[in-house]
Amino acid sequence: MSADPRAATEAVTIVLGTSIPLQAYLAVAALLFCTGVWGLINSRNAVRVLMSIELMLNAVNINLMAFSDYLDGQLIRGQVFAIFVITVAAAEAAVGLAILLSLYRNRETVDMERFNLLRW
Amino acid sequence: MTLASTIQQLCFLVLAAVVVVGALGVVLLPNIVYSAFLLGGVFLGVAGLYLLLNASFVAAAQILVYVGAVNVLILFAIMLVNKKENLAAIPGLLLRRLLSGGVCAGLFVLLLRVAFTTHWALPGPLPVGEEATIRIGEHLFSDYLLPFELASVLLLMAMIGAIVLARRDVYSSDVITGEPVDQGLIEKTRTPLLIDPSAATAAGAQPLLETTP
Repeated sequence: MSADPRAATEAVTIVLGTSIPLQAYLAVAALLFCTGVWGLINSRNAVRVLMSIELMLNAVNINLMAFSDYLDGQLIRGQVFAIFVITVAAAEAAVGLAILLSLYRNRETVDMERFNLLRW
Repeated sequence: MTLASTIQQLCFLVLAAVVVVGALGVVLLPNIVYSAFLLGGVFLGVAGLYLLLNASFVAAAQILVYVGAVNVLILFAIMLVNKKENLAAIPGLLLRRLLSGGVCAGLFVLLLRVAFTTHWALPGPLPVGEEATIRIGEHLFSDYLLPFELASVLLLMAMIGAIVLARRDVYSSDVITGEPVDQGLIEKTRTPLLIDPSAATAAGAQPLLETTP
């Protein structure tokens, strides 16, 4: 009696798991990552640079989660990695914005082209 | 094709469109406040993708941490440093944008090629589905215990570091040598190091995070 619902659930899971190909997630993540890279290179505003870094971290997280669901469904180590990435991203955002405030206090600007003290 | 899978594909398409269009808006919009709000939309779309991937706990964590903390932090930073400034023109800006766009497009094509030519080990094991939270808890307290504790130490260090970087106290005497500090720094008649003197006199608005010594 108890085997039938479980088998039905497994069948539904198989159908649900295969209705979207893994490559679709990878393509979305790749597009998100490349957008982040472009924004990182081309932004003049330092806050926007931090936002681009967040975009790239999210793209990596999408990859980790997709692989965790499609290729590692029982152990889901990718989800644990994604949680660690989220933690590090939060710490990075806090420290990055503190650095940005300190820079703004010293240079009175957020223009990336004027943060050139360490340029040769 | 069942109805459920059709709905799932529809959800995926909508979420992917939200994520991609939102990311383009974050990068391209001239007003940075709009960019920050669109970034919140991108984070919500990514959380929806996690829900499609049977990961409800990580989706909740994504909403709490990214939308609730990081996005709000970015909005606060925009409010603190929001000054209208006319950016100086850079020679060859368009060329630079086109070149970097070409490099990013090449990277995108490379990533797509890797994704579509690799033979993934599909179908993998069955997803655990709703038991994911239990599995994550088991991982965090058994084989990933050390990274878990290190993450807490990292968050503490980041908190202290952010406070130290963002505060602006001037001590009356040097902490190490005990020598008295330049009086001009204490009375704020003179701004600290690194500053351009012309920009310092021109700028009237000081940031909000000042504390009196």
